[in-house]
Amino acid sequence: MSTPFYVSPQQAMADRAEYARKGIARGRSLVVLQYADGIVFVGENPSRALHKFSEIYDRIGFAAAGKYNEYENLRIGGVRYADLRGYTYDRDDVTARGLANVYAQTLGTIFSSNAEKPYEVELVVAEVGTTPDGDQIYRLPHDGSIVDEHGSVAVGGNAEQISTYLDQRHQDGMTLAEALKLAVQALSRDTNGSEREIPAERLEVAVLDRTRPQQRKFKRIVGRQLERLLGGDGAADTAADSDDEAEAEADSGTDATDSTGSTGSTDSSEES
Amino acid sequence: MEANTRSTGRLPAAFLTPGSSSFMDFLSEHQPEMLPGKRQLPPTQGVVEAPHGTTIVAVTFPGGVVLAGDRRATMGNVIAQRDIEKVFPADEYSAVGIAGTAGLAVEMVKLFQLELEHFEKVEGATLSLEGKANRLSTMIRSNLGMAMQGLAVVPLFAGYDVDRAKGRIFSYDVTGGRSEEQGFAATGSGSVFARGAMKKLFRADLTEEQATTLVVQALYDAADDDSATGGPDVARRIYPIVTVISEEGFRRLAEEETSEIARSILARRLEQPDGPRAALL
Repeated sequence: MSTPFYVSPQQAMADRAEYARKGIARGRSLVVLQYADGIVFVGENPSRALHKFSEIYDRIGFAAAGKYNEYENLRIGGVRYADLRGYTYDRDDVTARGLANVYAQTLGTIFSSNAEKPYEVELVVAEVGTTPDGDQIYRLPHDGSIVDEHGSVAVGGNAEQISTYLDQRHQDGMTLAEALKLAVQALSRDTNGSEREIPAERLEVAVLDRTRPQQRKFKRIVGRQLERLLGGDGAADTAADSDDEAEAEADSGTDATDSTGSTGSTDSSEES
Repeated sequence: MEANTRSTGRLPAAFLTPGSSSFMDFLSEHQPEMLPGKRQLPPTQGVVEAPHGTTIVAVTFPGGVVLAGDRRATMGNVIAQRDIEKVFPADEYSAVGIAGTAGLAVEMVKLFQLELEHFEKVEGATLSLEGKANRLSTMIRSNLGMAMQGLAVVPLFAGYDVDRAKGRIFSYDVTGGRSEEQGFAATGSGSVFARGAMKKLFRADLTEEQATTLVVQALYDAADDDSATGGPDVARRIYPIVTVISEEGFRRLAEEETSEIARSILARRLEQPDGPRAALL
């Protein structure tokens, strides 16, 4: 007869946290920044079909690093939660704070339950307000805690180094082009300090734009508009002037190429 | 009941179960009592009195489709509401106009809008126009029990088909039967008169401006002969709701635009009360 092997609770939790952190670190980092007219999501993503960022509700966006099938599940859960809440009450009653709470409870329960393996994901839930003061950004690490962030936030493998870089350089009231360029600079720094180039077609960029006339503020930035913003002589950075054409382009683009329904593939596996 | 009233506050398992991209499917598994079609009605004697919306018309033109509705809701012989809105955007490229029991119809539209938006968010792509029309069919069919008690909802669905690059119209019956209409269509109590007017005025080469005038003419003729349809109310500044769906997406005409169309029609009708005349041969 063998006696059951004793593991102290501290050790068990530390092991689970280590496991989750390692999983998250394998994925590429992404950043979320406030700019004058809203919130911008920027990440390196070689896939055009499997998104890291997406719309949850009118003013709420979602970003995730880590294992694709796990955060995709959470994303759909969030969309269902938001839509059900908006249907039950009113569209105004769906808030990022409420959603972040539900996500935190979900991640926390899974993390501390011995029956399930901890999720290897780190989420960002952001809500754009009518003014920059009303913007909310929440970071949700794998263990179910909530961190209320301001200005800029980075999650994923190289997050610590990137957030330090961003904290030093991010300012309130940046234009979209400025914020986007800063984000790309931050993402292109490797752990050892060297820089590499990330071409525009490997970038996934989306905004929550408070100046958008539509009720739904989330929009992907792709193709010509993205190149123009990155090439930035400053003329193209007011999102309004290029909005319409780029939007038509973006819409038809997603319609034709998307098939997010695919399953099982993870961030890390595609990138290695 | 709400997602986070469960004991731990975490998302219930139904939320995290991979499966359908349909909000209605999700609802029918998770909270079936919230679906309009699942409600049990107590047995009643005769017909339930509730406000009814009336005439909706649609007409296609090269480059899009126009969907319009009058503003009256009636309950028996009483005008229940003078300024009800019965035409709604369903999503960026489609709209739905409703005739029938107003309360149920508005709820159906709300759920339909959500159904399309939910699919778009989950899948990252929009449904085809046919797919949208079929979803609406299912929703009408689920209301059949109510329809048999006199609480029918009969919508008209119009949209711009991005793949075929043209406007299309779908009409329905109470059992959810769907048929695509060519050129023009109408639903509701005044639809017979509106359809007659449109038949004489419709041409395949209408411009957008002519098409918007045509629908207001048709609604005027419907209001002329059907007491449940409201004509333009100049004194109260209540004009029909006119929407255009084209390559640029959904657009609702501003009140100034509809009032201008309605006023110019009124001015002509002062001389010719029956409206424009079609050629005999």
